[in-house]
Amino acid sequence: MHSKLRNACLYALLTLFALTALLPFLWMALTSFKPLEEVDKLNPLPSVWHPENYRKVFEQIAFARYYFNSVFIAGWVTFLTCLTSSMAAFAFARLRWKQRDNVFRLYLATLMIPGVVTMIPNYTLMVKMHLLDSYAGLIVPSAFSAFGTFLLRQFLLTIPSALDEAAEMDGASKWQLFWEVIMPLARPGLITLALFTFMGNYGSFFWPLVLIKSEHLRTLPTGMLFFDSTYGRQTNLLMAASLMNIVPLIVLFMVSQKFLVRGIQMGAVKG
Amino acid sequence: MTTLSTPSSKSIRSREQRELGIAIAFLLPNLLGFLLFTSGPVLFSLVVSFSNWNLQQTVPFRWVGIENYVTMLHNSEFWLYAINTFYFLLGMPISVFGSLLLAILLNQRLRGIVLFRTLFYLPSFTSGVALMILWKSLYNPDFGLINAAIRHISDLFHLVITPPEWLLSTKNVLGLDVEHVATTRAQWGLGARDAIIFMGIWMGIGGNNMLLYLAALTNVPPELTEAAEIDGANSLQTFRYIVWPQLAPTTFFILVMSFIGGLQGGFEQARVMTNGGPAGTTTTLSYHIYTKAFEEFQIGYASAVSWALFALIFVLTLINWRFGNREATY
Repeated sequence: MHSKLRNACLYALLTLFALTALLPFLWMALTSFKPLEEVDKLNPLPSVWHPENYRKVFEQIAFARYYFNSVFIAGWVTFLTCLTSSMAAFAFARLRWKQRDNVFRLYLATLMIPGVVTMIPNYTLMVKMHLLDSYAGLIVPSAFSAFGTFLLRQFLLTIPSALDEAAEMDGASKWQLFWEVIMPLARPGLITLALFTFMGNYGSFFWPLVLIKSEHLRTLPTGMLFFDSTYGRQTNLLMAASLMNIVPLIVLFMVSQKFLVRGIQMGAVKG
Repeated sequence: MTTLSTPSSKSIRSREQRELGIAIAFLLPNLLGFLLFTSGPVLFSLVVSFSNWNLQQTVPFRWVGIENYVTMLHNSEFWLYAINTFYFLLGMPISVFGSLLLAILLNQRLRGIVLFRTLFYLPSFTSGVALMILWKSLYNPDFGLINAAIRHISDLFHLVITPPEWLLSTKNVLGLDVEHVATTRAQWGLGARDAIIFMGIWMGIGGNNMLLYLAALTNVPPELTEAAEIDGANSLQTFRYIVWPQLAPTTFFILVMSFIGGLQGGFEQARVMTNGGPAGTTTTLSYHIYTKAFEEFQIGYASAVSWALFALIFVLTLINWRFGNREATY
């Protein structure tokens, strides 16, 4: 009986916190179906449901374009980050060379550099390279990650080194070792890094904000900001757009939470 | 090494030399990007901070020595923004403690824990511009859900409560004055800065910190807690004397990372929700750098502020590290 009471209390607490987390989302979802006259009213349910609010979002702003841009840019950044990070991680975890661990520590120390310090020079660099207002300018500077190198190095260290020796006996080159032996085994680590990178860049705000001037290159976060400042009074449409903005993240999280949770916990253990 | 014979030091050295070339080839893509977009820019911005460089080129370029830094330290706005930046750290202890509490709740052997974990984590992995726009409307003093709820509750209990003006108010829980570095009664209350802190707690409490604590809790050896229970310790004592010390490295890591992140933060909130206002009270140093660089184009001055922020973060992290290490050995 005692433990039943205890469990009931625990469930009550868990439910209370879960509702606190959920309530704003619920309000967002319900408001997105309301007619405009009702967005300031307290009635939780719309008197008449207006699913066409979602269609209106696509009519008023180039929402589909923003979707495409966000996914396209985050996709490229993810692909390039995984490639450059895994190659660097291979050099730090599976090759033996002088000062390797000191160079790696130096790499780690750069994680402390605040983004605001590099942002201004990177902007002027983009001006000089004529990459303002372009996909390349949004993708290339984000494709090199010290964090990704760190995460994958930790992962590669857990793969037994006997594999390297066996591959060497078979006369495999280091590139073959990397590409045909290590990378397939590193798949869980790569998936984790890919998820982090994609989710981070899908929502990235600062860099597109300063770099992009043309409307057709806006990403979801900057597009949302524009929508808010131009059509901000239409709270129902704003909430529909916000909800559509986060739905891909929720779906991605649902199908991959095993990798994400493990990755977050792995990244800090040796940190 | 899994080979049985120990290789001579000579063969190790020749192998290291052979693999150095290959290693450089593997490192090259990342290293180039790193030099071009991280280490190069850091040095570049230090150099530029000693100049009057303006992107609009209304004034001729020249070197000004430490003038930007002197201007910054004499600027009362800079100090307000520095205070704001530190004010936003006030939410950190609540957020970290809350993450620990949620992790303890999730660590109980109950059914449906994965569902609760997902729900707690939801605000964190969807956080960003979309959720800030949502909170901006929740905080609306006249039509927002939060004040509507406050009015509803005060009517219910026949209380006379004036709901806070939230994002429109310069009031704050410490009663900090806007014009001077002082506290006054008139500024005491809830305002924009507190609203942003509350939102931050809601977004962060069930996020990565909670997952880190959850992992650390599952790593506490069960023998330790069982032994304590056999010795007659109650669950609070077990937590205080057995579990909490085991969590120390995790707590330290979380505090240092939140600190570094917190000092750099506040940009999105200011840009999306308040434009840094009212009266500059939600402008953090990073938003200040953004407006100076990308709205007023004063690249030299903005670089100086960004280096000041960098130095601040660096020094405080070193102090943290010292202090934290002493705690850990104790």
